[in-house]
Parts: sequence; C-alpha cells; structure tokens
Amino acid sequence: MDPDKLTKVYAEFALDVFRQGFLDNQYVQLQQLQDESEPQFVLQTATLFLEDSEKLLNELCGILDDKEVDFEKLVARVRKLTDSSASIGARRVKNVCMDFLNCCEKVSKEGCVDCLKQVREEYLLVKRKLESLFKLEKQILAVGGSLPAWLQ
Amino acid sequence: MGNPLPSSRPAEAFPAGLRVLIVDDDPTWLKILEKMLRKCSYQVTTCSLATDALHILRERKARFDIVISDVNMPDMDGFKLLEHVGLEMDLPVIMMSIDGETSRVMKGVQHGACDYLLKPVRMKELRNIWQHVYRKKMHELKEVEAHSFDEVINILRNGSEDIEDRYLIDETEMSSMRKRKDVENKEFGDQELNDPSTVKKARVVWSVDLHQKFVNAVDQIGFDKVGPKKILDSMNVPGLTRENVASHLQKYRLYLSRLQKQNGGTCGGNMPSDHMNKTIKGNFGLKSSTNMQQDWELTKYACTIENFQTLGIVANAAHVSEMNSRVAPAQVIASKKALVNDAQLGLFLSFKGMLPSIKEKACKPLHDERPVMQLMQYPEQENYSILEGYSCLANPDRDHEPSFDHLPSSQPLVMSATCTNGKDMKDLYEMKPLQPAIPPMACMIDSVSIQVKHGLVNLQDTGAICKLEGSPSIEDFYLDETNNQGCFPLTCEVSLKSKSDSDSMPEELHLYSVQKKLDCLENLSVSGTEIYQYIDSVPTSEVQSINWCEASELTGDYLYDQVDYSLIDEYLFA
Repeated sequence: MDPDKLTKVYAEFALDVFRQGFLDNQYVQLQQLQDESEPQFVLQTATLFLEDSEKLLNELCGILDDKEVDFEKLVARVRKLTDSSASIGARRVKNVCMDFLNCCEKVSKEGCVDCLKQVREEYLLVKRKLESLFKLEKQILAVGGSLPAWLQ
Repeated sequence: MGNPLPSSRPAEAFPAGLRVLIVDDDPTWLKILEKMLRKCSYQVTTCSLATDALHILRERKARFDIVISDVNMPDMDGFKLLEHVGLEMDLPVIMMSIDGETSRVMKGVQHGACDYLLKPVRMKELRNIWQHVYRKKMHELKEVEAHSFDEVINILRNGSEDIEDRYLIDETEMSSMRKRKDVENKEFGDQELNDPSTVKKARVVWSVDLHQKFVNAVDQIGFDKVGPKKILDSMNVPGLTRENVASHLQKYRLYLSRLQKQNGGTCGGNMPSDHMNKTIKGNFGLKSSTNMQQDWELTKYACTIENFQTLGIVANAAHVSEMNSRVAPAQVIASKKALVNDAQLGLFLSFKGMLPSIKEKACKPLHDERPVMQLMQYPEQENYSILEGYSCLANPDRDHEPSFDHLPSSQPLVMSATCTNGKDMKDLYEMKPLQPAIPPMACMIDSVSIQVKHGLVNLQDTGAICKLEGSPSIEDFYLDETNNQGCFPLTCEVSLKSKSDSDSMPEELHLYSVQKKLDCLENLSVSGTEIYQYIDSVPTSEVQSINWCEASELTGDYLYDQVDYSLIDEYLFA
C-alpha cells in the first residue's frame, strides 16, 4: 500500500480517537517523550497499562462477586485504575472510573456492578484503538513510510 | 555513622545529575516518570514500594537529593513515608497524586512535603524540582549564619528598659561563636551539590542503627532530662555534631507528639503512660521509660492554655538545671521562629503561661501582646529551679514539682530567645530579670543550647522545639483537630497545578487531514469497518504483495488479536 495513503489513514484515525476522547493530551506527551534511545517507549508503556488494567478489572470483578462486597478494597482498586488510565491518557476510562468511585461511595453493589461493566467496555474500546494505532504505525514503517509527528 | 561519602556524581552542571528517587506503585507511571526525569538529565532510581524506598534510602550510601512519591501506595501511606524520610534522612520530598483536593494537598504540606504535584505530571514541573533541593540548602545555611546570632543580638539590644548593657553579649563572643559554627560547617565539606553556596553543611544520614543509638541515649538519659549535648555524649559517635542531634531530637519529639495525638491523645485527656510507651515502643523500639509518663503529665496541663504552640514540649524539654542558691533571676525572652527547615541555630522558645502566685506579681506585661514573665530567684532559696515557672505555666493552681534538671552552676544566667513566627506573635512572652548582674547568654535554636557568657552555665540540656517546616504543627498535639493553626513554613512553595484543560482533546494536533465523513465514527463497534471508512478506495492490485497477517510479527510486547483485525486486513490489503 502507498505509504502516504497509510500515513493519511493513520493520521485521520488518530485524530478521531482523540476527538472521541479515547485518548487525550497525555498520550501526545508520551509520544513526545519517545526518542531514539527508546523507540518502543509508547508501545511498552501502553502495554504496561493494558496488562495492569486487565489485572485490576479482574480483581474488581472478583471483589464484586463476593457475597460481602469489600468496598474499601473496591475503592482502592478503582483509584489505582483511575491513576493508571491517567498515565496513558485514557480519558474515557478515567471518566467512567470516577463514576465508579461515586458508586462506591454510595455503597451500592448494583451500581458498582454496572460501573464495572462500563469500565470494562471502555477499557476494551481504548485497547482496540491503541492496538489499531500500533498496527498502523508498524505497517507504515514496514512499507518505508514515516509517521506523522505528534505535535501539540 | 552516616558520614557523607564522596559523591559519585559526575561533574555536571547543577542541576543535571540530580539524584532522584521515585516511588510509585503504578508500573506505568513509574516508567513514564523515569523517562521524564532522565530527559531532565537527572539520575533516577525507581521503586514501587514505600518500604523498599526506605530501605534504599537507609542502606544506600550513595545518597539521594530528592524523593518523589505517590500518595496512595499499598504498603504504606505516602504521608507516612514522607514523615520517615523527613525524620531519618532530611531530604526534600515531593508528593504526587491524581487527587488534587485541597485537604489532601494541605495534608501533604503539613507532613512536610515541599511540593505536591498533580498527575498527570508535566515535564516542566519535573524540570523544576531541583529548586527544592537548592532552597533547602540555602535555607539551612542562611538560618545558621544569618539569623540566630543577629537576632539574638537584636533581641538583647532592643529588650526592655530594664536590661542593662551588660546583658548584651559582646561582639567578640558572638563572632567567635559564629566562627565556631562555620568551622563545624566546613569540617564536613559536603560536596553533594555544585551550588554556589560556599559553606557546606554536612548532612547526617540517620540510619536505623544511628537512630537506635539515639533512642537508646534518650532513654538512658531520661526523656525529660534529655538534651542534644547529653545525647551526643551518650551516643559517642565520632563526627556527629550537637546540631545534628538537636535537629533530630526536634523531629523525634514531633513524631512522638504526633503519635500521641493519633493514639487518642487529645489534649486534656489522660494519656495512659503504658499506652504511650507501648506506642512509642512499637514505633521506635524504645525501652519503656517512666519518664515518659512525667512528660505527658506536663503536656496534659499545657492543654488548658490556648493557642500555645510549644509549651508542653518546652515544659518537657526545657530542663534547665536547677540553680543553686546563688542563682540570680533569669531573663528569658521567648520567641519562636517558624523555620523552614530544621535550622541548627537560634533558640526559639515560646513560653506562654502564668506563674504561680509567688511570682505572679512579678509579671509585668510590656504591652498587650507580649506579657512578660519574671522569674524571681531568691538567693536564699536552695534548689530553686530557674524555670520552675514552667510548671506553673502548665497549671498555676497546682503545686507541681518541676521536673527539671539541675543547673550545675552557681552563676546567674540569662536566657534569651526570640520567636518571630508571624502567626504566633501574640503568643510571645518575655521574661525579664528583676535583678541585674546577669551574664548574657546566646541561645541556639533547636537545641536550646544556652551558653552563658561567662562560661559558667551550659544549658544545653534545654531542648526547645521549634516549628519545623511542614511538620504537623505542635499545637495539633494540644488542640483538637479542627483548630489547625499550623505554622506554615515561610517559604515552602507548593505549586498546585489545577487540572489543566490541556488534557482535553488536542485540537491543535497537526496531522494530515483528509476529507472524510464523520458520521461513520458513530459506529463504535469493534470491527475492521472503522479503519475501512478512512480509505477512499484502495486499488486491490497495489497491495496484493503485502500479506499483512504474515508480516506482522507477534512479539511479546505487542497485544494483538488476530480475529478482530482480519477485517482490517481484508480491507486494507485485499
């Protein structure tokens, strides 16, 4: 495929990802941190985030499966997830995590189960977006194209 | 002993090479922050557990300049870590959190954080952290050199009309003391920072061993009798100075007071000594000390006095030795200075309270804000404690035996201290002598090492407490939680970064823009169709040669779901 075409596809896709709030400026910051010494920096960071979040989501699931929901544990994990999502700029995940925290405060198990569902959905969405971005990047580089610069 | 070892830092221009320890339990953040700090040319060490961080700080002789820590961590509260670092290592600590609520930030400042950053942290914020290191150094030096002596001289000079000239410390004495201080500072020649300041101050690393020695010494001497000089002598650690011990003692006292507060010690309540001892034991491995009981007894009384900053601890600590029969009245001009750091000099006590009846009539307020206490020392009275008044400060109605040490000297003495905390001015009190012929003294901060001019009395046992930077205010100890009259550090700069809007979608993203329909974005289903929409039309012949599936390697660090992307592949490279 024409490298320029690919680059255009990539650029537009990225713009939309941002327009819809899946990723925010923090992601741009990470792109700017990447340099020759660590060319896979963003990829590695995103991978860390996705793995860590997956773990947290599973833990949250486990806590909510209990008969007696330990809301303190729940809150601690949701906070971690919020913190984590902010690191990569996963804006929508962060927002639903904030909602989740509110549910926890209301000590409503049902509400929390709903929130968890939402968080998981958003997580999967941003995961797809990230994967698409990385795939396209790889493809562009494979055909000898150049990635657009992530300017602010 | 934690003598500073030669720095292993390459000779780069400050602040490059700043040695930062990052503590965060989130692996993503740890990675990002490490990258950011390395971009600032700082030397970074990462740590995901607070306990590990403390271990590193204690064990590693290659020291650090600054610590950055997240607030929420699984094994230890970030604020606790902050306390420990302040107590043991005296390093500037920056707190970080995604939560920027004012109360949290305030808590950070109260616990001694020199800054509180909001996540996501920006590069420019990290670039600036060196200023906290620099500021700390400068303040330590400034306090040592500039304030203590000059201020004491000022106080002595500008005291009330009753003060005779002979109360003044003469210049030579002051300058010789100052020289002594400089020599001490230069002795250790700390080369940690290539900062412009010429006088370097040694920084002692209070390792666990050293601290245990300290605690043992305190226990041996007796908490109520303790003072920096005695501790220093008892510890017998070569190279350790009285100032090191004094500042550590200060922090230790604050730590204990905080513990007491946490363990149900609201002021006025009866603090069971066992409980207290147990708590302290638990935290510091102290041997039980019955003197503790006495201390807390004293502090208990102090609670009845409003707005009093340091009375209790002063009462504990100001163990001026009892003077013998020929002791003349003492002049104590008390003041307290809120120091940014545990400065080493400049005695700052603030005394507030009342004298017992026999001495009450001697009280002559200078003016509304600064009542004066006068201690009458009657020569014929034997075993008269110079600061017996302190017991009365606690509770004038009680016949309370002072629990102070005895002054070994028979000479009269003058103690002068100034406290100029802006918040606490109204609590300043002065004690004036009634009788002249009292040799002047210079007071040293933090350790209340009071030296009589004529070299007769060394009241180094009086350990006064000054407000430390950011540490929970001493009055927390006495007042209930709602009255948070903190002595905020004078120059601590907390940069509260509000959640910036820059996190929102970057409109200015300059990428290629292509004509496209936005409606398709409504469809968020996970399928290859979303990619497809961006392609106007791809001549299939062009891409037949590329088999994307085969070409893309499945590497370990690349999450990949083949099924979902078969569609993309199809559309892109059909």
